[in-house]
Amino acid sequence: MANTFDVIILGGGPAGYVAAIRSAQLGMTTALVEKDKLGGVCVNIGCIPTKALLHSAHIASMLRDAKEFGVEAGAVKTDYGVAMQRSRKVSDQNSKGVEFLMKKNKVTVVRGTGILQPGRKVKVGSDVYDAKKAVLIATGSRVKGLPQIGLEINKTTVISSDEALFLEKAPTSLAIIGAGAVGMEFANIFHAFGTKVTLIEALARILPLEDAEASDALTRSYKKRGIEVIPAAKVKKGTPAKDKVTLEVEAGGATQKLEVAAVLMAAGRAVNTENIGLAECGVQINERGFIKVDKNLQTTAPGYYAIGDVAGPPMLAHKGMREGVYVTELLAGQKPHSIKYDNVPSVTYCQPEVASIGLTEDLCKERKLEYVAGRFPFSANGRARGTGETEGFVKILREKKYGEILGAHIVGAQASELIHELTVARENEYTVEEVELAIHAHPTLSEAVAQAALDSLGRVVDM
Amino acid sequence: MATNVYMEALSPTMEEGRVVKWHKGDGDAVKTGDTLAEVETDKAVMDLIARADGVLRQVSVAEGQTVPVGKVVAVILGPGETSAAAPASVPSPRPAVAAATGSGERGAVLNVGSGERGAVPSVATPADATRVKASPLARRMAKDAGVDLKLVTGTGPGGRVTKRDLEGRAVATQPAVQREVPLPAPRSPVVGGGGAAYDDVPLTQIRKTIAKRLVTSLGPIPHFFLTTEVDMERAAEARDALNQQRGDQGKISYNDVIIKATALALVKHRACNAWFQDDHIRYWNEVHIGIAVAVEDGLITPVIRNADRKSLVEIGREARELAEKARSRRLQPTEYTGSTFSVSNLGMFEIDQFTAVINPPEAGILAIGSVTQKPVVVGGQLAPGRRMRITMSCDHRVIDGATGAAFLKTLKQMLENPLAMLL
Repeated sequence: MANTFDVIILGGGPAGYVAAIRSAQLGMTTALVEKDKLGGVCVNIGCIPTKALLHSAHIASMLRDAKEFGVEAGAVKTDYGVAMQRSRKVSDQNSKGVEFLMKKNKVTVVRGTGILQPGRKVKVGSDVYDAKKAVLIATGSRVKGLPQIGLEINKTTVISSDEALFLEKAPTSLAIIGAGAVGMEFANIFHAFGTKVTLIEALARILPLEDAEASDALTRSYKKRGIEVIPAAKVKKGTPAKDKVTLEVEAGGATQKLEVAAVLMAAGRAVNTENIGLAECGVQINERGFIKVDKNLQTTAPGYYAIGDVAGPPMLAHKGMREGVYVTELLAGQKPHSIKYDNVPSVTYCQPEVASIGLTEDLCKERKLEYVAGRFPFSANGRARGTGETEGFVKILREKKYGEILGAHIVGAQASELIHELTVARENEYTVEEVELAIHAHPTLSEAVAQAALDSLGRVVDM
Repeated sequence: MATNVYMEALSPTMEEGRVVKWHKGDGDAVKTGDTLAEVETDKAVMDLIARADGVLRQVSVAEGQTVPVGKVVAVILGPGETSAAAPASVPSPRPAVAAATGSGERGAVLNVGSGERGAVPSVATPADATRVKASPLARRMAKDAGVDLKLVTGTGPGGRVTKRDLEGRAVATQPAVQREVPLPAPRSPVVGGGGAAYDDVPLTQIRKTIAKRLVTSLGPIPHFFLTTEVDMERAAEARDALNQQRGDQGKISYNDVIIKATALALVKHRACNAWFQDDHIRYWNEVHIGIAVAVEDGLITPVIRNADRKSLVEIGREARELAEKARSRRLQPTEYTGSTFSVSNLGMFEIDQFTAVINPPEAGILAIGSVTQKPVVVGGQLAPGRRMRITMSCDHRVIDGATGAAFLKTLKQMLENPLAMLL
């Protein structure tokens, strides 16, 4: 039976393709159904191309400051179109890489839109595929606009990241609605390419899910370089015209009118749960719109599992990837390491980068935990001084009695890389002392992690 | 989730095992910790213990059959499961030696149980008893709570003990009795002042050898006994005077005086205030005296914590309260665990002299006889005197004869001259 597989996965994004590879590694016959490019949002219109564009932005800002370092590069000219083209190449390479991995692991890729059917079946076009063990739903999420205030995505003046990633030119001015990771990163990118950026956040501070000190540091950094930041703001109305949008923004008790060339919607995502036959198979949705799953990620319909964004927050590629591994190992009869949802790192790749793990200080207070905050600024770190990247800090929240690392927050260059020392520590229940006892090479940015651990113990050395 | 039951190795040298007897059969409900089968190895007969709850199925090895370590011998199915999640087609996870060193998912562990070493308690010990897999955080929590990690079932990767395996235990084992009187500086340099509650001193080779040899010759705890007769004349006078002064406010008993004197003597003889811990000896810097209390169907030893720092009145009151609680079965676990040395008193039963059995992991216990009037020789003349016999049982792995004798001498001096307790 050519159309029968042990495991069928709906959606070839990070959760789906990693699940497919692990499933095949475990000896199960595997099919992956994808209607678009392999790699999903992450590879094609998310994580990967934005990182390429952010690097272009980083080069631009480095060149602007180069003189101080004894390098003259002349007048810095930027071209968003060229940067965009490069980012497309990077995405395409990565997507092809995923295709190669499917071949290498003998995963059957079925092109088309898959619709679930009862009895662990998936219909693609006129073909029906049978899953002997399970169907994995990994259909992911998409951007959403705010039609109720007149800001439906029109792909010209009201855009989402989907369009922003394909612009030939950076707009002259841009209002970004939503200052989570996506909004922060695009503010960084477009500002570096000469756009006048206004960042609007409904909650009290930008990066609302991060530690308040991280939000403060980024607010200062963005304002200093000329990005306008309006927190605690309500966009009451948006009026798109042919080549501009007028926004009415209420903040600090006053309403201001804002005229911008374009608006980038970066406030949340919607999961792709419509028209894939969920209800017909008995797969229920919870009150927040995600697919209802048990602790094994099985949906309300036996034999149907959900992984990635559709299975619930945090909507992060690496969370979905781990869920894919977890479910397939379970299906193969193994006892996978349980997923610690409180130990999923969160990273925003703006400049300076923001990375965190575990609880924020506010959450520690809210939960009435006894903690000590250890801090170390990169301005006191030799390596950071050398590269001139002295913005930011490492902050570690140590539980008072046993030294457990309750949370860690890093703002600064390479924060996205530095956080993993603390992620490994938390996964293995190392305390701040184990972190500090490990010898850190000198001079490195990582020393700031060790110093913050020391500071939480009241014996910081380098300050 | 189906759980495979593997033939596992107790030590890296075990390569195969013979199933002597199945204690559970196909279709039997089993609980984690149940003995599934007896397995004969090259060294002993061990118990194969269930590592999951459920129903035993697919028993593939008959009694008398020998199979290599690492082979799936059965499967434990969870509720609602009708067949295994393909144990046969799954590549055998890890070879025996990996399991023996504690890594890998385990469907079952082997324990020394019945067989030639029947005396060893059948608790779920890891294959290598000297190495416990535990996270640093779990180790700290266990140390703080006084929990022996060897007795905790780890739920982390490869049976690693993690925070959640210890949560709840820390609170339950907080010392129940708080110190009421602020302390003067430590009065004896022998017991380390302040700092850790105890110091773990690794066993030296000779100490290890002594431990092993004495165990094989004398049983699990190699006891030896030291008896001394104490002149209780002055202690009796002091006690009577105190009680006269206190009137109805609760009498001080001989036992209270003995507990206090024992605690103070232990401060001076830390070598006797210790726990034998398999590969090390834990010398306590705190003195917690267990007092044997007879209850309806047995015996329990509630603990007077930091007895060296408590007044006679406090000790007396606490001892009465604990004994009362013990008899009415209201003792909390925290009130009868953690003693560092014990005292058993059968004086009220008019026993002159007896020997008491050590309360492991402690290294010593005192057996107190009755205070009796008897003729004694004072200055070459026969005179009536009050005497009491104390017998100390010592764990020879920790306490040597001279060590125990020195402690007993200090104790005798304190009881014979109660003023010495004020020094």
